[in-house]
Amino acid sequence: MTELTLVQAVNRGLFEAMKSDPDVLILGEDVGVNGGVFRATEGLLKEFGAERVIDTPLSESGIVGAAIGMALYGMKPVAEIQFVDFIYPAFDQIVSELAKFRYRSGGQYPCHVVIRTPYGGGIKGGLYHSQSPEAYFAHTAGLKVLIPSNPADAKGLLLTAIHDEDPVLFLEPKRIYRSVTGEVPDGDHRVPFGLASTVREGSDVSVFAYGAMVPVAAQAVDALGAEGIHAELIDLRSLVPLDEKALLASVEKTGRAVIVHEAPRFCGYGAELAAILAEKALYSLKAPVVRVTGFDTPFPYALEHLYLPNAERVAHAIRTTAKAA
Amino acid sequence: MSATEPVLVPLEYQEEELTTLIGPDWADRLLHAYRWMVLGRTLDARMLGLQRQGRIGFYGPATGQEAVSVGAWMVSKPQDWIFPGLREQLLALARGHSLTTYLHHLFANDLDPARGRQMPCHPTAREVHYVSMSSVIGTQISQAVGTAYALRHKRDPSVAFAFFGDGATSSNDFHAGLNLAGVLDLPVVFCCTNNQWAISVPVERQSAVAHLSEKATAYGMPGATVDGTDVVAVFASLNGAAEKARSGHGPTMLEFVLYRMTPHSSSDDPTRYQAKDWMARAQAHDPVRRLEDLLARRGALDEAKRALIALDADGEVRGAIATAEKVGPPLSESLTTDVLASPPAPAGTGSDGS
Repeated sequence: MTELTLVQAVNRGLFEAMKSDPDVLILGEDVGVNGGVFRATEGLLKEFGAERVIDTPLSESGIVGAAIGMALYGMKPVAEIQFVDFIYPAFDQIVSELAKFRYRSGGQYPCHVVIRTPYGGGIKGGLYHSQSPEAYFAHTAGLKVLIPSNPADAKGLLLTAIHDEDPVLFLEPKRIYRSVTGEVPDGDHRVPFGLASTVREGSDVSVFAYGAMVPVAAQAVDALGAEGIHAELIDLRSLVPLDEKALLASVEKTGRAVIVHEAPRFCGYGAELAAILAEKALYSLKAPVVRVTGFDTPFPYALEHLYLPNAERVAHAIRTTAKAA
Repeated sequence: MSATEPVLVPLEYQEEELTTLIGPDWADRLLHAYRWMVLGRTLDARMLGLQRQGRIGFYGPATGQEAVSVGAWMVSKPQDWIFPGLREQLLALARGHSLTTYLHHLFANDLDPARGRQMPCHPTAREVHYVSMSSVIGTQISQAVGTAYALRHKRDPSVAFAFFGDGATSSNDFHAGLNLAGVLDLPVVFCCTNNQWAISVPVERQSAVAHLSEKATAYGMPGATVDGTDVVAVFASLNGAAEKARSGHGPTMLEFVLYRMTPHSSSDDPTRYQAKDWMARAQAHDPVRRLEDLLARRGALDEAKRALIALDADGEVRGAIATAEKVGPPLSESLTTDVLASPPAPAGTGSDGS
């Protein structure tokens, strides 16, 4: 075990994967000499050389397109998109190509690419360094979508992703890259996909969150303990595949659900969770499902503290839900 | 030849030139090339007919573009990687993909290796390194560059060939792919089949450069414009570019100028946008007839042999159609397989109870 920040855990995960498997390559903007703008790839160029840690031209579609070509050959490329806000030029390669290779070739050309990218607000990044577009990708069949909320999961999910057979979008909550530290197992630590994690056990309300919203929701849940409201906090970790069993089991126990994400509400990932609850847990529900989310606006700069769900907003939602008849 | 037919622009190669460019066995090799071109031409005619009869859903002919696929077949080695556009299926066939299997794909039946998931003319043939393609224009270009990177990284002496049309030179991935290949100096050959039309948009509206190959300069690689209806020129230029890539001297962009001799696809009506004399100009550059004429003048092909080759092609295509048309549609189970290696949940579990 080593005490690490989340970004250090990502770095250790990459290091571990590259050390154990010579087919793992890294490519992206500023990932080599500069070690990544967030230093996620720090030290990898020195350790593994420029053939395996590739500083690319500034072209996201080129990065993902090239990663696809490498994967078709049998390499295990890990592409970095510097901010997820810049992933849209590669949207075509991800949605039209990466996600569909296995299906459209009848399994002849599986295409295993991992795309790592920092997402989310809270760093004064404005419209183009703050977005949470996970729903676009979760909507696309053929992709797995992961969002860790702590250092141990960051390393463990990343290593599982790199050794998986499917394309994976790995969204890193950059707001807590350095603000959260935790014990991370050394070596080849892996966290399985499709398994949510119970952060706080409780019986009154189920709270579902992921990424940077997990510590925010935890703060709210902890504060409400003093009021006698015992909420259960579940960190989904893996959006696709979703741990539907954990979602339903918790709501069957509590009968109440609050969903937290920083992405806009309309057609956000929370809408899918709410729909699943409506389809499969309606008779367990004692109160309407509540979503605490970003606004249906572009991401703001000066007013991001109003846009982002905070502990007060989450606590208010939990309280209201707990008291609803 | 009737009086109204355009005069064919002949290929003027002398025997010595053919020996230099292709080898002492040029006659055999070109005759073999001619057989494939006739097969492609025959297949196009039959399949367009079948589409009109409603027996297949769609067809994208390569009539007029056969010399590029066949030239690439002559040059490429089995371990090379092919990233095709819409009109390179003849290359897959010549590299060894079974015609019957391709017909299964065109009929989108249960024996299609891709289980009828794609529109016709989008085959996958891994056994001949013919990569799965989408209908999106240009995306295969940067993918080919990534494979070229892997080839060099693994010290694999193979080459990646990326095929795309004139319209694709306007796409994001043309720029992204050629730029990356230039910067990293990778073993890839970019093959632009400039058939002068992107559906209804003529190449003059696609780019302001006189020759699309000029674009190569901006990416720090050589580019050349080649007569894409002359299989000898196609072979020679591709051979040079492939050997250059194979020996570690980086990428090349070749522009093959040719004529689209059919509608863009079975869904297109070119009378809406093509000038009346287009087809006459195209026919004067018909790659199959130009090679046939050359072989005849050089004594490698006589009328009896020509007729036999045509008959063989017709028989092969008819046989494959008959076999494929008997096979039923894909099993409904195949709707939900191959989405992921490890599926998150059975697909289709909605509130409709299915």
